[in-house]
Amino acid sequence: MEGKEKKIKITPIEHGTVIDHIKKGQAMKVLRILDLVDREIDSIVSMAMNVNSSQGKKDIVKVEGKELKNEEFDKISLISPNATVNIIRDYDVVKKHRVELPDRAKGIVKCKNNNCITNQREPVDTEFEVIGEDPVKLKCIYCEREMIGEEISRNVL
Amino acid sequence: MSYEFKKDHVVAIDDFTIDEIRTILDLAKEMTPIAEGKEINTDFEGRVLATLFFEPSTRTRLSFETAIKRMGGRCIGFARPGTSSAKKGETLADTIRVAAGYADMIVLRHPQEGAARLASNFSEVPVINAGDGAGHHPTQTLLDLFTIREEKGRISDNHIGIAGDLKYGRTVHSLTKALSMFDAEMTFISPPSLKMPEEITDMLKREGIEYHEVEEIEDTLEDLDLLYMTRIQRERFPSDEDYQKVARSYHLEKDMIKNSKEDLKVMHPLPRVDEIKADVDDTPKARYFQQAANGVPTRMALLKLLKEG
Repeated sequence: MEGKEKKIKITPIEHGTVIDHIKKGQAMKVLRILDLVDREIDSIVSMAMNVNSSQGKKDIVKVEGKELKNEEFDKISLISPNATVNIIRDYDVVKKHRVELPDRAKGIVKCKNNNCITNQREPVDTEFEVIGEDPVKLKCIYCEREMIGEEISRNVL
Repeated sequence: MSYEFKKDHVVAIDDFTIDEIRTILDLAKEMTPIAEGKEINTDFEGRVLATLFFEPSTRTRLSFETAIKRMGGRCIGFARPGTSSAKKGETLADTIRVAAGYADMIVLRHPQEGAARLASNFSEVPVINAGDGAGHHPTQTLLDLFTIREEKGRISDNHIGIAGDLKYGRTVHSLTKALSMFDAEMTFISPPSLKMPEEITDMLKREGIEYHEVEEIEDTLEDLDLLYMTRIQRERFPSDEDYQKVARSYHLEKDMIKNSKEDLKVMHPLPRVDEIKADVDDTPKARYFQQAANGVPTRMALLKLLKEG
């Protein structure tokens, strides 16, 4: 894996987190899900999109100087179930983790049903039960409408 | 009689077990003389029910209000959103927290799906869903089940035809789920464009429930013990011509029921438009007005069980 990344000219990081095998075109959404867009952080965040790999095109996100925690990165599985998270120390991968689907998704995705109460100005986070894995399928705990695959990534908050 | 019933809120018919449904129907039967004004009851004396109707309703609101008043309680609330602070931009969550501070229970009708579930998260007192958009309307289903049991003596072992808009009608979805719990045989009668959604028929297949699908009422009318009619709404069709074509075949007339089983009963959640002609009303088969009246004892039973639970 390291070798391949070097070959495609993605500079390695000394310390931090590399999220690999993100579904092509989803890197920006991964940043949003991980709250790396608006949050005030010192880390350098970089992303590579449309990268060639043995399994076709993929996206990669790197967060320098910060080790993400499981509960943070498992949220990525909702839009990219095959992503892997590598924790890097001294240029070495010290931990590799494949993201796992949570049982519930809170405050990550908006309900696709425009008439759902969570799409009004109410003081609640959206909340979904994860009812399917391949493809990922979510059910709104409020209006009970189901969302699947692309609908989920389209509705990332 | 004492009842086992533990529920904080009533949001969907699926929240009930079959035993809890039986408990409600048994108590509704006991409450009938009170609902009819033949007996006096003061179980709710000094109690206040808030009826918050963000969408107009006649039967549901009036029957809840009748139910609480027949048990000695009082009502506060509004019948239109224009008269509530929602118009000033207040969130539903805030309206519910405020009403929960005034009343012992809240009945909520709201145009958005999931409203009752949300309300239940913000209320210290029981919230009863009286319809949330295209979502749930559990007390309608309870009164439908009560009516079927009253009219036929039992819910199971009946062949029930459900006719009309089966695609969008929330009443028929909840009713179908409930009837499947009681192992009733069902025939769905609708134009192809308004067929019962697959998620419901898949559920019936999984549960091993016998059901059939036909396009015309007359295809099945002679086999039915009970016919549940619903309204077909004009706005579901691309043109008036399309609507008229379909609507015509969903009219029930006195002539049509003359060859049906002698003890066939016809139900309808009301309001009806043209789907049941007035000449059916005077036949003993027409039970829809009694069905509407049954809303009172059923809702009394539910209020009482929530209070005592």
